[in-house]
This record gives sequence, structure tokens and C-alpha cells, in this order.
Amino acid sequence: MKDQVIEILENLTGSDEVGKDLDVNLFESGLLDSMGTVQLLLELQSQCGIDVPVSEFERSEWDTPNKIIAKVENMQ
Amino acid sequence: MPNMQPYQNPTYFLILGVALLPIIIGMMFGKKLHWYQTLISFAFLLLTFGGPKWEQGLALIGYIIFEVILIGCYYFYRQKKNATWIFYLAVFLAIIPLIIVKVTPALEGGQLSIIGFLGISYLTFKVVQMIMEIRDGIIKEFKPWLVLQFLLFFPTISSGPIDRYRRFIKDYKTPMARDKYLDLLDKGVWYIFLGFLYKFILAYFFGSRLQPVVMQLAISHGGMSWWVVAFTYVYSMHLFFDFAGYSLFAVGISYIMGIETPMNFNRPFKAHNIKDFWNRWHMTLSFWFRDYIYMRLVFFIMKNKLIKSRITIANLGYLTLFLIMGFWHGLTWYYIVYGLFHACAIILCDAWLRFKKKHQAHIPSNKFTEWFAIFITFNTVCFSFLIFSGFLNVLFFHGTLN
Repeated sequence: MKDQVIEILENLTGSDEVGKDLDVNLFESGLLDSMGTVQLLLELQSQCGIDVPVSEFERSEWDTPNKIIAKVENMQ
Repeated sequence: MPNMQPYQNPTYFLILGVALLPIIIGMMFGKKLHWYQTLISFAFLLLTFGGPKWEQGLALIGYIIFEVILIGCYYFYRQKKNATWIFYLAVFLAIIPLIIVKVTPALEGGQLSIIGFLGISYLTFKVVQMIMEIRDGIIKEFKPWLVLQFLLFFPTISSGPIDRYRRFIKDYKTPMARDKYLDLLDKGVWYIFLGFLYKFILAYFFGSRLQPVVMQLAISHGGMSWWVVAFTYVYSMHLFFDFAGYSLFAVGISYIMGIETPMNFNRPFKAHNIKDFWNRWHMTLSFWFRDYIYMRLVFFIMKNKLIKSRITIANLGYLTLFLIMGFWHGLTWYYIVYGLFHACAIILCDAWLRFKKKHQAHIPSNKFTEWFAIFITFNTVCFSFLIFSGFLNVLFFHGTLN
């Protein structure tokens, strides 16, 4: 599951920085924006089968690869 | 009966200070005096919407009854069914009062609508947000009393910051440890004093001292002149210090009451680009538009595969967001142009960021380029405020400034 999330993030951000530093702040570093966020939610839905409504998405809870992985593992 | 607008003058703060004392003492002992908070909320709402403003008071009461019933009806409907058209209908009904209030002056030659009151747009943001989160199944309760507390929280009623229901209710219900509260109290008092500096000294200096002078000079000179440039910067400073000062009061008072209302400004003039600017300027409004309009629209388009290109989707999202924001400010050409201007600026900004990502190796990045970026952003923003101010309408079309 962890690898799958990292792969999704790498594809979305178009950079392998995500895989190298799992605590990088995705929003402050400019790797992810609102557009990327929506894509992330859609990918999580189609690839991992988890359903996150847009309004559940609180930026501060999803701003690093590690936090996203934890969220996904929690929701499965 | 006396009437006072929120944070209008020292007397208001004096009354507020005395009224807040029992809350502070209660909080020190880990007690949230909900009944007392309700009592002073009512008193301060009466102070703002009573006396000579009683018509606004009635409008507020009517509005609140309507919206709370609407939220309740939608909540009970949503527990059983989830038709999309009912959801759209609920959102539409929720914004109808605001639409009427915004459209009336444009149709009736400046005449204000009788159903309008101070803060109606901010309340509408809160209501729409609740309906959307009820649809997403994230708001899992309907307690009219809590909805009232959330909507009518008096420190933020007139102009925000726009809080979120779930966040507010969590703060409202959860008891707070003394250490945490002392920290909050400390920050709250500091924000209020910073607000005094912003609103009563800096905003007063720029807005009431400098602005009339440069305006007069610009008008007597006529057309485009250096005085218009001067007006641009003076007005921008006035706008920032006035609104940021007000927001500091609202956040500071909230903190003292044990509610961590989100901040509205984060050094906006230090922004490196327009996108960054909107993460720092009137943040609770721009985040509202981001979360409830932009992201939802993008999600909808992508999920249903209506448009292929990511860039087109993003740009369409920006145009929609900023046009709605323009209309929300009011039905005048300059508010709508202001919205379009920011949409174009952010579309250009995105294009530049894509270009930069591609050619990272060849584009210098150092202290100078950073300052240059801040300089360009600052001036772009100030120019957009010149549009927003309506002063061009005065200069070129002999309009009046409100």
C-alpha cells in the first residue's frame, strides 16, 4: 500500500522527491496544489478504493507523503 | 436604544472588556460558561442590530429562521436520500437572500434591499458550507442550538473570518486546559492591540488622512496622472490595515472566548506570486472558494471526464472562482473586472510555474529574483486594488465612491 501511494504521488508531482523524503511538505514545496489534490483523491478512489470527499480533505492532515500513507492505511 | 457597530470605537472595546471578564475567569477554572456566552452574544447583537438599525435586526432574525429550517430540512432529507438536484436546490435556496441583496441596488438605482443586514454574505458562506458537508456525510448531526451558536458567533458576524462548522463546534464543546487557555488569552490580547495599531492608527492615517488628499488631487488633475498611482498605493495600504485590523479584533476576541477562529491574513505583501498571495490574503474567504467551489468543480469535471486537459480544467476553475468572487463583491463593472484580472493573473502564474519547472536548470533563483518576484506580485496586487476601489469609475465615468 505504501509503495502504491508513493507511486501515485510521484506520478502526480512528476518528481521522485516524494519517494526520497517522506516528510516533505507537499504544499509548501509547491509539489502539490488544489488541482493535484483533486487528482490524488481520484487516484486513491480508483486505485485503492478509498472514498475521501473533498470537504474531508483538511490540508494540514494530508501535507506529507507519510501523513497520506497513514490516512490511507487508516481508511482501508 | 444605543447602537454600535462592531469594533467601532474605544467605548465598544470597553464594554466588550467588561462583558468578557466572567468568561475569562470561567476559562481560568476550566469552565466554559455557555449560558453567559449566549447572553452576551445576544446583548452585542442587540447593540449592533437594535435601536436605529432595528430593520436590519428583523432582517437578520428572518434570515436565520429561514436558513436554519433549510439546513434542518436538508439534513433530514439527506439521512434518507441523496438526489443531486435536491442538493443543488438547497444550495440555491440558501443563497437566494444574498442574491436578492446583491441584485437590488443594481436594479433599483442604489436602493438597498430591505432583507439585507450587515454580514449577510459571511453568514451565507457558513450556511452553504454546512449544506455541502451535510451532503458529503461529514456533518452527522443537526442541533439547531449549535447551528445558531455557529452562525451567530458575534465576534465574527459582520465580516468574518469565515470559520468551519465542525471546527467551531469542537472548540465550543471541548473544555480547555488552563495552560492552553493562558496561551490563547495572551495571543488574543496581543492581536487586539496589534489591531488597534492597524485599524486606528495605520488605516486611519492612510484612509482618512492621505486618501482624501490624493483623491482630490487625482480628480482635479483629471484622467491618468501620478496621483492615481499614489492613490493606488495609499488605498492598498488602507484596505489592508483596515481589514487586517478588523480581522485581528475578531480573532483576538474569539481567542479570549476560547474559540480558535482561523486567521485571515499572513503577510500578504510578502507573497512571491499571485497564487501565494491568495494563500495569504483574506485567507478564510479564499480557502472557502478553493474548497467549496474550485476543488468541487475540478473534481466534478475530472470524475466525469468532461474535459481532458488538466490545464484547461484548472483555468476554467480559476475563471469560475474569481468571477463568482467578483459578483459576490457586488454587481458593478469594477468588481467583475477585478475578478477577471485575478483569474488572468493566476492563469499566467500557473503557466509560468509550469515553464519554470520544465527549465529549472536554466532559470536563476537567488535573493535578487526572490525580491523581484515579491516586487512584481505586490504591484500587480495594488493595481488590482485600484480596479477594486471603484476610483477609476469616478475618474472616467463620473461615478460616486461608496
